[in-house]
Amino acid sequence: MEELKIALRVNDLDNVATIFANDIKDGMEVEIRDKKGNKQPVKVIGDVPYGHKIAVKDIKTGEQIIKYGEEIGVATHDIKLGEYVHVHNLDSMRGRGDLEK
Amino acid sequence: MTTWNGYRRKDGSIGSRNYVAVIPAVTCANDVANAICREVQGTVTYMHHQGCCQLPPDLDRVTDTLISLGKSPNVGAVLILSLGCEGTDHERMYKEIKATGKPTEIIHIQELGGVSKAIRVGTDIARRLVIEISGQQREPADVSEIVMAIKCGASDTTSGMASNCVIGYVADKLVDLGATVIFGETTEFLGGEHLLAKRAVNKEVGDKILRKVKEMEDRAKSIGCDMRRGQPTPGNIAGGLSSIEEKSLGAIVKSGTKPIQGVLEYPESIDGKKGLWIKDTPGREPEILTGMAATGAQFMCFSTGRGAPQGFPSMPVIKICGNPNTFENMKDDMDLNAGLIITGDKTIEQVGEEAFEKLLRVLNGEMTKNEAIQYFSAIDIHCLGPVI
Repeated sequence: MEELKIALRVNDLDNVATIFANDIKDGMEVEIRDKKGNKQPVKVIGDVPYGHKIAVKDIKTGEQIIKYGEEIGVATHDIKLGEYVHVHNLDSMRGRGDLEK
Repeated sequence: MTTWNGYRRKDGSIGSRNYVAVIPAVTCANDVANAICREVQGTVTYMHHQGCCQLPPDLDRVTDTLISLGKSPNVGAVLILSLGCEGTDHERMYKEIKATGKPTEIIHIQELGGVSKAIRVGTDIARRLVIEISGQQREPADVSEIVMAIKCGASDTTSGMASNCVIGYVADKLVDLGATVIFGETTEFLGGEHLLAKRAVNKEVGDKILRKVKEMEDRAKSIGCDMRRGQPTPGNIAGGLSSIEEKSLGAIVKSGTKPIQGVLEYPESIDGKKGLWIKDTPGREPEILTGMAATGAQFMCFSTGRGAPQGFPSMPVIKICGNPNTFENMKDDMDLNAGLIITGDKTIEQVGEEAFEKLLRVLNGEMTKNEAIQYFSAIDIHCLGPVI
């Protein structure tokens, strides 16, 4: 059997993990791993390109998205455990001249 | 302890290269500078696009940046090319570069009677300068005399987890050994500036970091749009970076963990100061490469994920690639493979030690891949106001 692909969670506070593997498709199983070696299998929702992120827990609209233990943006939709997280459901909060009009 | 060999300059600095810099005082002198450099081995030029019809603070900024480039220890002699009617202060350029003790000349294209005559006169001067400095021998230097610039470009999510970690390792090691490290890309502090401010040596420096980030963000916001696509770039986004905050948190990893001594303005030279410093620059390659060379860095460590090939004429650039797929695909442009950290085949420390050995070899004269292919003419000087 092929080894499970790994989604790397870099900080305990993070609610996303990064997958460094090619051809991760909707419905495939990956293993979320943190630096302590904890493992959690999860089904991926959406096709996830190399180096992109998935949620490691359910995230509600408006909630902060955390990577490296720091805020990297805010969820614009409810996001489920295992779901692909990127610009379609994560909004940057910096350099937003459009929000100050 | 001798760890490398460089070219000692009269002002006390030490270079890893020994070029004659042909410096256009204004963009209008570029073609003459380029023609001279084609004729004379051992010369470099800086084909920037500034120096006239700009607001006075920007004209001073361009003058000061060109002076700092001329003072760089990798430059052994300077020929300034003035058109004659530019907005920069070419006479101050001449005086301040000459004051370092290196052979310095200036010619004026209009005064000499045009382009052909200026190329002829300039070529003769450049040839004389090259011969004059070409016999200089490298002399022993201590590791504490190293001045390293660092940068990341065409980043993806591997950058913050591999190649920037390698540079962070090298930065910490050099600072511990008493050397100088400079990082920039103020735009790529957005979202991580509080972490940098905490590492400032005092409150004044911390406040300056926060102020510089705010000024950069305010300039972007003044256009009234979302910064995304400008920062992060479409390439960053395709590489998995969803926001400037995510890009920044990965970018600042390359600065390591040491205290931040201060924030240099864009045109400033480091002038022998030690430890870890910030220089206020944008993230885009042409401008930050110039700013870092102007600091007086002897070389740069440049991290990339998607594959940024750019370099700088008088500053060797070592490319460290964090993405194993990109490294395979762009091997001819990349010096070190930090992608082996992502694949689990090497540790950050292992690749960090490889990078350290490589940089000592480059300081001693070994060419980087970028130098060998001479991919470094698209450079510029970062200005703040409009062209008028």
